Amino acid sequence: MQHLLNITDLSTQDIDRLIATAEDIMQNPEKYRDACRYKKLATLFFEPSTRTRLSFESAMMELGGNVLGFSEANSSSTAKGESVGDTVRTVSCYADIIAMRHPKEGAPYAAIQTAQVPVINAGDGGHNHPTQTLTDLLTIHRERGSLENFTIGLCGDLKFGRTVHSLVAALSRYQGVKMVFISPPELRIPDYIITNVLEPAGISYVQTESLEEAMPQLDILYVTRVQRERFFNEADYIRLKDTYIVDPDKLIHAKSSLVIMHPLPRVNEITPEVDQDPRARYFQQVAYGKYIRMALILDMLGIHL
Amino acid sequence: MKIDSIQNGIVLDHIKAGASMEIYQLLGLHKLDCSVAIIKNAKSSKLGRKDIIKIDEIIDLNLDVLGYVDPGITVDIIRNGERSEKRHLSLPSKLVNVLTCKNPRCITTAEPHLKSEFVLTNPEQRTYCCAYCDTEYHR
Repeated sequence: MQHLLNITDLSTQDIDRLIATAEDIMQNPEKYRDACRYKKLATLFFEPSTRTRLSFESAMMELGGNVLGFSEANSSSTAKGESVGDTVRTVSCYADIIAMRHPKEGAPYAAIQTAQVPVINAGDGGHNHPTQTLTDLLTIHRERGSLENFTIGLCGDLKFGRTVHSLVAALSRYQGVKMVFISPPELRIPDYIITNVLEPAGISYVQTESLEEAMPQLDILYVTRVQRERFFNEADYIRLKDTYIVDPDKLIHAKSSLVIMHPLPRVNEITPEVDQDPRARYFQQVAYGKYIRMALILDMLGIHL
Repeated sequence: MKIDSIQNGIVLDHIKAGASMEIYQLLGLHKLDCSVAIIKNAKSSKLGRKDIIKIDEIIDLNLDVLGYVDPGITVDIIRNGERSEKRHLSLPSKLVNVLTCKNPRCITTAEPHLKSEFVLTNPEQRTYCCAYCDTEYHR
């Protein structure tokens, strides 16, 4: 059985195929309208989410399938002390595929020990978020026409930002990708990403604290939120949360072809004035998220049209 | 210092000096009813000083644990007072229920009944990663 826990579970060929399917869905939505008729997706969200859960549910509905699940741990038997493994084994009796989000890192790996149906990791703590990465890859592909030969700046919380970790792992497999990591020292990219991902792949990267200095060389700026829920210490969060704020002034020296991305939700790391800038593509990125999840659901259910 | 030779049992030899108690704990030797001798700081032509553990019974040993702690340890199986088998160890590719993940955000800390799994990611640096959360452990 195929599961998706980490973006590196997918080969670059798998990703090419999913992007091609997503683009076909965008062009021919009617062809897919009943593709998942009588199939059920369970969304098990042990942690709150707007975009990921709704985009999974919307994706399954657009494929003609049905959706069941819960949107917080308190409305499931987890509140009674049930393990992830038991919850997933139970839900395997009711659904054909599971998308799960959990605040604990590695929870999806615990889930697949007992799952009887394919499991998609919809985010596990600060660890991985492969469907956001697929969304990001589709966005880059749509906006730039290729997943090769560009410089991407990743800015903000690079330590706990799971979307960053997954995106770095995914992009490290493509030719000509240069990475600029922009963060305060406390939120730098973890060492294991450098030693296990960047160095073996021979990726060219730099680490800096200055967004202004990095800006002119960037083809893509990927901004992330400093996540309050990842801090044990509130004082640390308050000290670091406003380190980088992207506003029109900071974009003066950016390329006219820059693509500004953000996995959302944002708090104040991108000011609302930037939304009017044609280089701001983060809401388009949200739209792409539904199509790539449709492609993923089809693929994992073995439905090929 | 003299320790009686064993008739049927296991000798763990060439243990790095000072590491025998860790091995004793990790292998759960304290649970055995038979005699177990720990010899610390024995003279060794190869290592200078070494530790030795003698177990007065042939038991199922978790060789992965030994290979993880020190792949240089040799395992001699003694039958009828003679060495009948000598096993050399290697760094195991996977460790199950040997290490505990120290990442407070890992699911294994919230659900301790889960079996712990660590995967060898860098043999030169003897680095293992938690199969759940990817947290690194260096030996």
